[in-house]
Amino acid sequence: MELQHEVEQFLYRQAELLDTKQWQAWIDLFADDGVYWMPADPAHKHWDGVPSIFAEDKNLMNVRMKRVLHPDAWSQRPLWGTNHVVANVILEKISPEEIVARSRFHMMELRRDDVRHFAGAYRHHLKKTADGYRIKLQRVDMTNAQAAYEYVLQVWV
Amino acid sequence: MLHERVPGLSRRLSEFVEPDRVRREVYTDPAIFELEMQRIHERVWIYCGHESQVPKTGDYYAVQIGRQPMVMVRGADGKVNVLYNRCPHRGNMMVGDRQGSSGEFFRCSYHAWTFHHDGRLRSIPMMESGYSGTPYGKEHPDCSMKRAARVENYRGFVFASLAQDGPTLKEFLGESRIAFDDMCDRAPQGEVEIVPNCFRVIQKSNWKIFLENQLDALHPSVTHQSTGRAAHEVEKEIERQTGRAPLSYHMLSAFATVTIDKWDNFQTLNYPHGHCILTGYMGLRPKDPDTLAYEKTLVDAYGQKRMEEILGVNIHHVLIYPGLSVQSPLQQLRAVRPLGVDRTLTEIWHFRLKGAPEAIYRRSLAYYNLVNSPATLVNADDLENFWKCHQGLSSEGGDWVSFARHYGRDIQMGDRVETAANCGTSEAPMRNQMKAWARYMAAQ
Repeated sequence: MELQHEVEQFLYRQAELLDTKQWQAWIDLFADDGVYWMPADPAHKHWDGVPSIFAEDKNLMNVRMKRVLHPDAWSQRPLWGTNHVVANVILEKISPEEIVARSRFHMMELRRDDVRHFAGAYRHHLKKTADGYRIKLQRVDMTNAQAAYEYVLQVWV
Repeated sequence: MLHERVPGLSRRLSEFVEPDRVRREVYTDPAIFELEMQRIHERVWIYCGHESQVPKTGDYYAVQIGRQPMVMVRGADGKVNVLYNRCPHRGNMMVGDRQGSSGEFFRCSYHAWTFHHDGRLRSIPMMESGYSGTPYGKEHPDCSMKRAARVENYRGFVFASLAQDGPTLKEFLGESRIAFDDMCDRAPQGEVEIVPNCFRVIQKSNWKIFLENQLDALHPSVTHQSTGRAAHEVEKEIERQTGRAPLSYHMLSAFATVTIDKWDNFQTLNYPHGHCILTGYMGLRPKDPDTLAYEKTLVDAYGQKRMEEILGVNIHHVLIYPGLSVQSPLQQLRAVRPLGVDRTLTEIWHFRLKGAPEAIYRRSLAYYNLVNSPATLVNADDLENFWKCHQGLSSEGGDWVSFARHYGRDIQMGDRVETAANCGTSEAPMRNQMKAWARYMAAQ
């Protein structure tokens, strides 16, 4: 139960960092070789070598963060915010090397006057370090990932 | 007729377009949009897809041509057909999914009429008792699925035209067919195949705003400054740590390092029908082991001289008016599907060079993911500008859109218009597109 609670708290905090736009703190939750992956096709098993909506190591996460923080990132000018709810947390695997946790998310986004909803499943591969959990791989299977996008996704979901 | 007065339009067609400027209603008037669909998109050659999307008999892909839902399907004879996605009986769409297999024939989900993949009626349940004594049956044209008037294929890329008359596909493409030649020639086997994934992004703006942006060499260092700077900083840091950053960082950082004045060194070549080529080599030939291994596969296939010719092709983008933007050196394309006067769907595809090493596929895949995915690091700012453009054009604060940059300095070379030296940021491609637009719109 304690482990379940720890992992849940970790996932909630990660989502909160997105909603509060604390990009660097969000990136810091990843292991040095960590990857954030949103497959283009739910059947894909590995992020390497296939089309992906996101397939970002920490360097690419840095590019994305620096871009949205740049004063001339025009698309970042308008009012824009998100609200994540994370639930249904299931510990799929518990071993000394890693914990694999499945969860469900629902994200509402407001941009100017437009509301969009994104929902789906997270699968976190976590490792325990002296500083707490670090993400080796976060897989995001978004239910509406294959639908046409009204505008684009600017940061991680 | 250019001076035609079309019912519902505020002025004569000839009054909307001047050589160096265009009236704003061209982008915002729903009546003009309807006329564009009739006279441009539902008449000229429109890209449907690549034949490798439908490898087996019965494989299909739904595609929109103008306002018409169509379906591209592989027939038993190996030919790729393009049909109206409509059952001739009661009008039901024949396929409801974007892609799939129809098996040995199409079967309507409503009353089980079946059709061959070339559209011919195959069977109707109890056809004898139901239709004896009527003119309807296999021979009656109203009982078959309607076919696109013309379908042609250039090096595997399938186009359809809904008009019986007009230039052949090859005539229509003209010099712009280098988009497909450049893509296929870069493959040691002379062919590409589809990477089975389509990114679909909707722009809340008129379709022409996207096309005009494609070869607009003035915009990258302004629109994409944030991405260029961000990528440049991280690229330098990776180089400091490991000595070499992946090529994809260079592709992104170029938005900042290639400043406005340097974009003037590029050149555009403008052709009849509105097509246009932006030259500019994308630094895709570094002397790393992956590139050298790839060069060897090309030498083995074509010889040293031809390999140099193929890799020396100097192309950044090719625009095939009115609906295709091709980045041949990176084997990707964006097909434009207008949904309404202020809504445009882009369908973005990537291709694999047959016979090339995996590393070369991955190099262009990185560009596909970073630039063309729905989480694009680049196009977010383009789409923001397109939306703002469309909103601004709805304003009565001005009547005209200006395409006057470097106007008067274009060089006419036969039927081609070239931009002069140091005029790479010329608005010649927009002038050329609107010239073609006016000609299409005037043809009844």
